[in-house]
Formats: sequence, C-alpha cells, structure tokens
Amino acid sequence: MAKKKRKVPGLNASSTADISFILLIFFLITTSMDTDMGLARRLPQPPENEEIKQEMKIKERNLMEVRINAQGFLWVKNGVINDFIPEVRELRNIAKQFIKNEENLSSLPEKHPINIPLLGMCALTDKCVISVQTDRGTPYNMYFQVQNELVAAYNELRDELSKQKFGRAYAGLSDEQKVAIRTYYPQKISEAEPKNYGGN
Amino acid sequence: MPEMNTSSLPDLIFTILFFFMIVTTMREVTLKVKFVVPAGTELEKLEKKSAVSFVYVGPPTDQLRAQFGSSTRIQLNDRYAEPSEVMDFVLQERQSMSDQSAQVISIKADQKTQMGYITDIKEVLRKSWALKINYSATHRN
Repeated sequence: MAKKKRKVPGLNASSTADISFILLIFFLITTSMDTDMGLARRLPQPPENEEIKQEMKIKERNLMEVRINAQGFLWVKNGVINDFIPEVRELRNIAKQFIKNEENLSSLPEKHPINIPLLGMCALTDKCVISVQTDRGTPYNMYFQVQNELVAAYNELRDELSKQKFGRAYAGLSDEQKVAIRTYYPQKISEAEPKNYGGN
Repeated sequence: MPEMNTSSLPDLIFTILFFFMIVTTMREVTLKVKFVVPAGTELEKLEKKSAVSFVYVGPPTDQLRAQFGSSTRIQLNDRYAEPSEVMDFVLQERQSMSDQSAQVISIKADQKTQMGYITDIKEVLRKSWALKINYSATHRN
C-alpha cells in the first residue's frame, strides 16, 4: 500500500465573484430607490364634540370660496369675483390677488398691523380664509389641481416677499426667516364638509 | 508576472450586496388597485419612509376586475377595505412607529376617483388624529 498523502484539490472559486455580481444586479433592479412625491397637506383637528359643529364666523370680505361641482366646473366667489372660471390656472392669480390685497380694497381681506420679528411692522391679511368645497362626485384630479394652484399661490407670494426682504428665494432662507415669512402669509385653506353642488 | 490574488473579491461584492439589501426597500405590497396619480407642480418629497403609511384608491386591477367589478376600491396593506377600516389601519401602523407624531398618510388615488371616497377617508383620518397627509402625485412643469 502506497501511503501517499493525497492533497485535496482546492475548489475553483473564481466564479463566486460573478455569482455575487449577478445577485447584486438583481437586487439593484428589483428594489425601488424612487422617491415618492406628493402634495403635503394638513387636516384640521377633529371637532371636540360631534354635536357642536364649530361655527366659523368669518367676515365676508375675508372669505374666498372655491366650489368644484360634480362635473368638475370651478366657481369662485370673493369680494371682486363671483363667477365660474374656465381654467384652473386662473385660480392662482385670483388667489394671489385675494391674499395680497395690494390696493387695500374694502371688498378684499382686511389688513391688520402686526409686528413680526425680522420684518418689522407689517399690514397683514392674516384673517383671510380660502374655503374649498367639493361635491361627492367631483373628480379627484380637479380637486388636486385646485389644491395645487392654491399652494402655488401661497408659495409664489412667499417667494416674492422673501426675495424683496431677504434677497433670496424662500427655500434658501434660515429657519427664523422662514417663520417670519410664514407669519406674514399663513396658509389657510379650509375644507368644508362636502355638499351637493349641481347634483350627482 | 505574479497573478493578483482575487480570492477576496467575492467577499467584497457580497458586502456591497448586503449594503444594498439593507438600504433599499422592497415593494411592500402587491397592488390590487390600479391608479394614475395626478400631476402637480408644488410637490414635496416624502421624507421619512418609515413614518409613511399608504392608502391606495382606485378601480381593481385588470386581473381582479372579473371578480370584484370596476368600481373604486380602497386598498390597505394587501386587501380591499372599507373607509371605516382605515382607522384601525392607521392606529396599527402608528403602533409600529418609533416617532408616532411624525406619521404621514400618503394617499395614492387615481385621477378619476370621485371625491366622495377621498372625503370619507379624510374624515376617518381626522378622527384618528392622522392629520399629516400627502396626496401622491407626479411632477409636471
């Protein structure tokens, strides 16, 4: 018997790298790195008592109503306009004009002098409310576009103000400056309970 | 010329593989509704993925249409649900979160959905104190 020490041949592992590469690529493809985007909104707090529905007392000049009926038609009412508007895009400028009330018209939101840190004494239209009312049959897309335009109106106003006061867009401001701008233009978009407009 | 020792190459690649497996998220649910989200301009990114719960709204997918019809459905996790069940879902999701006040509900709804469904969901969300919501959308110029 020949006592020969047999050497166990080493396993050829050169392809392990390729195998793990394939695994890596598989995971890269199947997993989702995509970031979700969306329109962020905040809901009002639930009413404390079901029976006592908060009666919002808002002066007529401070209120802008946007109604979307079941057919997706848009009706806007504030101090200067009370009509159907054919294009959602027009809503942005109507809202901006309403919130800003540049000429201090008596039919648009009233202004209060308030002292804001960093900005000084300002006359604000902080009491103004935009109310969006929908029908149960309103297409979601129409509602979304309306919300989008209203948020856009606020964003544009905030941008204009921060460029005028700080020389930068709103996104580039420090936290304190952002708070000041937000106090100047608080976002008040209320959503009333749905009613029937124009029937289903 | 001596050959380079490549025996540690697999380990290296495995490390990258594990990194990706941990960092990325698998699609968490199989969609039972089909939807085309609206397009908007004023969108924000969903920041904390771990604090986001999704509510899907739309008609059943083509395969399920024969069984469930084509009227709008709400999907929570892996099944269809009624608007009233949203509250349980929200509270359950909140339980499993580390920062419960940061909870965001992302509503992924089809463009053509009637607002009635969305309003019902919103009312339930309000009652369950899930006030931060996000209407999922794609970007347009």
